[in-house]
Amino acid sequence: MAENRSKLPRLRRWWSVALVAPLLLFLLASFVAPVLMMLSRAVIDRDLERVWPDSAAALRQWDGAGAPPDALAATVAREINAARQAGTLNQAANRLNYDMVGSRSLLYATADRLAAGTPGASVADLARIDPRWGQPGIWAAMRHADGPLTRHYLLAALDRRLNADDRIVTVPAEQAVFANIYLRTFKISAIVALLCAALGYPVAYLLASLPERKANPLLILVLLPFWTSALVRTAAWAVLLQTNGVVNKALQAVGLIDAPLQLIYNRLGVYIAMTHVLLPFFILPLYGVMKGIAPTAMRAASSLGAPPLRAFLTVYLPQTLPGVGAGAIIVFTLALGYYVTPALVGGGGDQMISASIAFYTNQSLNWGMAAALSLLLLLPLLLMIFAGRTMVRTVPA
Amino acid sequence: MSARRSRSERAGRAALIGFSALVFAFLVLPILAVIPLSLNPTTFLVFPEGEFSLRWYRTLAGSPQWTHAFGNSLKIAVATTLIATPLGTLAAIGLAYMRSRAKTAIVAMITAPLVVPVVVVAIAFYFLFAPLGLVNGSLGLIVAHTALAVPFVVIVVHAALRGLDTELLRAAASLGAPPLVVLLRVLIPLIAPGVAAGAVFAFMTSFDETTVALFIAGPEQRTLPIQMFEGVREQISPAIAAAATLLIIASTLLLGAAELLRRRGEGRRPGSAAPDIGA
Repeated sequence: MAENRSKLPRLRRWWSVALVAPLLLFLLASFVAPVLMMLSRAVIDRDLERVWPDSAAALRQWDGAGAPPDALAATVAREINAARQAGTLNQAANRLNYDMVGSRSLLYATADRLAAGTPGASVADLARIDPRWGQPGIWAAMRHADGPLTRHYLLAALDRRLNADDRIVTVPAEQAVFANIYLRTFKISAIVALLCAALGYPVAYLLASLPERKANPLLILVLLPFWTSALVRTAAWAVLLQTNGVVNKALQAVGLIDAPLQLIYNRLGVYIAMTHVLLPFFILPLYGVMKGIAPTAMRAASSLGAPPLRAFLTVYLPQTLPGVGAGAIIVFTLALGYYVTPALVGGGGDQMISASIAFYTNQSLNWGMAAALSLLLLLPLLLMIFAGRTMVRTVPA
Repeated sequence: MSARRSRSERAGRAALIGFSALVFAFLVLPILAVIPLSLNPTTFLVFPEGEFSLRWYRTLAGSPQWTHAFGNSLKIAVATTLIATPLGTLAAIGLAYMRSRAKTAIVAMITAPLVVPVVVVAIAFYFLFAPLGLVNGSLGLIVAHTALAVPFVVIVVHAALRGLDTELLRAAASLGAPPLVVLLRVLIPLIAPGVAAGAVFAFMTSFDETTVALFIAGPEQRTLPIQMFEGVREQISPAIAAAATLLIIASTLLLGAAELLRRRGEGRRPGSAAPDIGA
């Protein structure tokens, strides 16, 4: 026996590493690496460098003050022409258009004229093709994109941009959208977390105060939605909350309303469906915490004369706060990243930041922007998790 | 005095039960209400009056889009389960043996796919797979779903291992069984219910997964959740209610079974594993 014990640890170290290694390698390759690679695109910018290597190098040499040197203009003109022939001008044009609207058409018009033999050996030559080449805007846009690092996407995700003088300025009000969407995302998530707390606390309390024989059947009522996918439950709400859906029909039949209410494709629908989807994530961890609280403390408090409410507020509630915090953090953080539910039951003004990320990924293919928005979604989340340290301990296990 | 307090206590208790009953109704009724709606013979989303019909189930079964999507989901979920279960089980066993300080970091990494918002995971896979040509292919979805499903396997199997009598392993070893034999012939059979539960969680994670699929699946890999998502977006008909009903029944049966297995495996109260972190 003693001999075995002395042998086991040596085997253990070996075995434990060998057993965990396949999964770690798999996750490193299939999860950690892609997430980091994707997030790095928020600050790494090689689009211009890839198409115009010489221009990017020359732009990095230039200090950006005053008029650009003629040699730089000649390099840019040569590479515009080369990229047009190679069919890669599109990449540079798209990238510069993010920084300065109109760059696309400027580049294509310039490329046509250069291909037709118009000289492009100096800034003055280019300015004869289009006067914008004589202004600082396009040169600043190119300098912001000269790689390998850029602040452009992160600033844009914060409704800021670098102007031609490299100062950070706020974008015009009609383009400033992301601050609003982030605020909305945090507001919806916080309200859903509060609703879950308000609805879930009494239920967890009831479940924890019942003997297991009675609590277990009731627990199934929490587990059933927990087991059913978020999509299916969202679809169920979409079915029920229609203008001619069951809920409206029932309210009309009872006589509470005369005309159908708009219950869906608005904020109300988002709150209802998201609260429904996330409520079990609040109840279950809180129930776990409440089950671990000794009932004797409450009994002691009331035997010492504390009225039930006072005993609850001063003795029981403080002990459950870690569970409330854990449940609220889980609900809040899950809500922050939700895509399917707001997409299906929200209106245009209820979309969360995930919808913007989806737009830049699938539709406009501006991956730098999608990465920057993801980074700004992930950062507060990681801060909360590291600050609370509750998530890792409560969600799994 | 004491009579009045007990009266107010009773009133409080009644209020608590009444409120909880409303919350339970809120949790369960929307899910249950979909079932009768799907048995409606008309094209309206109303409760059937007297007459039930399987019309909308026949519509689903006769639609190549729905059956193709179902087949895809099944194929991808089976492949995910076959990869995630052994990977996760071995890792959970390794973690149970591990004493090193690296364990915390390893657990954090294994559970990271649960914590990182699904949208971020989805576009990370899109960025990875697009240049490799894996967008629009089943392989990409299988890899992505495995990463999302594997934490559940590790968590469930790890919990089963905690309830394990380690003396049995020692007995096997002292009788001369080499570690690999102990692992395969003693340890794994003992935790089999936990492994089975983990496999079901992995299957359902993949089968239900929507967001990553929406980002990286092409028209050929259209899964059941994608078909459902677009059905809800375009036109909500009783066919959606029928599809939802089938998915509700499937996940209730499978995950209910997994929960029982898990409880048998670890002898603990229900409700601590997370089968679905949703979308």
